[in-house]
Amino acid sequence: MATRRTVLSWLASVLALAGALMPAAAQAPEKLKVVATFSILGDLVRQVGGERVEVTTLVGPNGDAHVYSPTPADGRRLMEARIVFTNGLKFEGWIDRLVTSSGTKALTVEAAKGVEGLDAREADHAHGRGHDHGHGSLDPHAWQYVMNVRVYVQNIRDALVAADPDGRDVYEANAAAYDAKLAALDREIRDLVNAIPAERRKIITSHEAFRYFEIYGIRFIAPQGTSTDAEASAKDVAIIIRQIKREQVPAVFIENVSDPRLMDRISKESGAKIGAKVYSDALSEPNGPAGTYIDMMRHNIRAFSAALSR
Amino acid sequence: MIPMRMSASAAPHEDPSVIDFLVTPFSEFEFMRRALVGVIAIALGGGPVGVFLMLRRMSLTGDAMAHAILPGAAIGYLLAGLSLPAMTFGGLAAGVVVAMAAGLVSRFTALKEDASLAAFYLLSLALGVTIVSLRGSNVDLLHVLFGTVLALDDSTLLLLAAISTLTVLALALLYRPLVLECVDPIFLRSVSRAGTPTHLIFLGLVVMNLVGGFHALGTLLAVGMMMLPAAASRFWTSDITMMMIVSVVIGIASGIAGLLLSFHVELPAGPAIILSAGAVYVASLLVGREGGLLWLAWPGKHLEA
Repeated sequence: MATRRTVLSWLASVLALAGALMPAAAQAPEKLKVVATFSILGDLVRQVGGERVEVTTLVGPNGDAHVYSPTPADGRRLMEARIVFTNGLKFEGWIDRLVTSSGTKALTVEAAKGVEGLDAREADHAHGRGHDHGHGSLDPHAWQYVMNVRVYVQNIRDALVAADPDGRDVYEANAAAYDAKLAALDREIRDLVNAIPAERRKIITSHEAFRYFEIYGIRFIAPQGTSTDAEASAKDVAIIIRQIKREQVPAVFIENVSDPRLMDRISKESGAKIGAKVYSDALSEPNGPAGTYIDMMRHNIRAFSAALSR
Repeated sequence: MIPMRMSASAAPHEDPSVIDFLVTPFSEFEFMRRALVGVIAIALGGGPVGVFLMLRRMSLTGDAMAHAILPGAAIGYLLAGLSLPAMTFGGLAAGVVVAMAAGLVSRFTALKEDASLAAFYLLSLALGVTIVSLRGSNVDLLHVLFGTVLALDDSTLLLLAAISTLTVLALALLYRPLVLECVDPIFLRSVSRAGTPTHLIFLGLVVMNLVGGFHALGTLLAVGMMMLPAAASRFWTSDITMMMIVSVVIGIASGIAGLLLSFHVELPAGPAIILSAGAVYVASLLVGREGGLLWLAWPGKHLEA
């Protein structure tokens, strides 16, 4: 017997479904629908695709693509998409299963194809939070080196042209313009790093994503043996201070010790500067300090440079 | 070479690993020394206050007051961020207001003091959480709820020391009326009119010590350093003065043990300190000379020992 409650819940779900479908139906039909797995990649695809492409990102700004669990809505987005852009290098461990189970006919494109991968640092994984993408050997955070992203952009352009030959001119023009910006960004980063005295180019960080950034000449040292739990123990603090003193590190960028009073103490006791928040795996909200890939890299190198210069 | 005849108590000091274990954390790191000074100050003030709270059957009042402090500290936090004077002043004000309001309600209405205190502290706590959430993320709220004994700066240490000094002096002055109120409040009322002001000043001391502990240990744990050493001390002596001394010693010992645990075993410092105090309490409960379970179960042991 259908009680009033079941009828109501049916109504509610039908309404919700309708609400979810409406915007999709209302959009202009000629745009090429693509999916990007995380916010940084989504920005790159948007830069190349411009007006002709409608990009959906699965893991949004400030989200963690390592430990993402896909939702049923993601399956629907994949069904509607013509291309699925992934980073590759086994960054998104969940994407293959999701593509298979959604039954989409979309083409999967690895943006990092052809990038020269670096070995993952073993030490980083010893103190890992739930790192469930099983990248056995290669570090997937290749976008931290701008030259790699120029390869990403070529791959994205080729995939878009293949799927939408009419837009070839637009895609190639966009990609060329963006490539020029990337080249300028690369020079800017190199200039800023060169302005830092060579012996000061090292940072203690719990971010594990800056391996590729080291190509620019800044050393990133992981705090050894510290846990990444919410509250730091005396041992964590002691280890960080000892390490800063031993290696004479001028700056610390630590996520897990987020209490400003504790950071002050570490800074006073070790003499190292506390760095501003940096972005590694995801963009900030669009109006934040790292709303696009170029803004993110610029924000990070300025934060590093500000903390490392005298 | 260490001669074999050396006394047992001196031998451990010769052992470098023991020094490493007990002394190096404090000698090498300033933040550990600051934390040590902080917990000693908290134990000095909190222990005696806790003893009186316990003897007056107000043990849970401390807990209620700790929650009552939150909205004041939160308003301070909202106005000035993680600022010591703002949060201290706010906390003191809120604690005093709740204590007074509860006292007045119980005096002029049919509601007893525990019930009105419960009502006011729950209101206060909800208000505090609401206010904190208005400003920041949950991470900020966690910082406010769990202070940082590892990050005591000069002004916080001065505040803690001032509070414990004031507490010890005030308790010395009010010792007689306080003790009388514990054992025979009706007699005190018949011979003196000091009862009400004593009670209020005492509540003020409770609030002050909680605000101090709040900066180092956070609202939830500050009460622990007050009540656990006091409750444990009750199992060792029935003399009030001795009880206060024992509670201070237990407080300091659990502070040191907690800091060392946090250093060597990688536990968060605040909970480690309170857990150490809890361990002392359980041990006292079992083997304490005054009504410990072991002595109740085998009274004959009195004679053997």
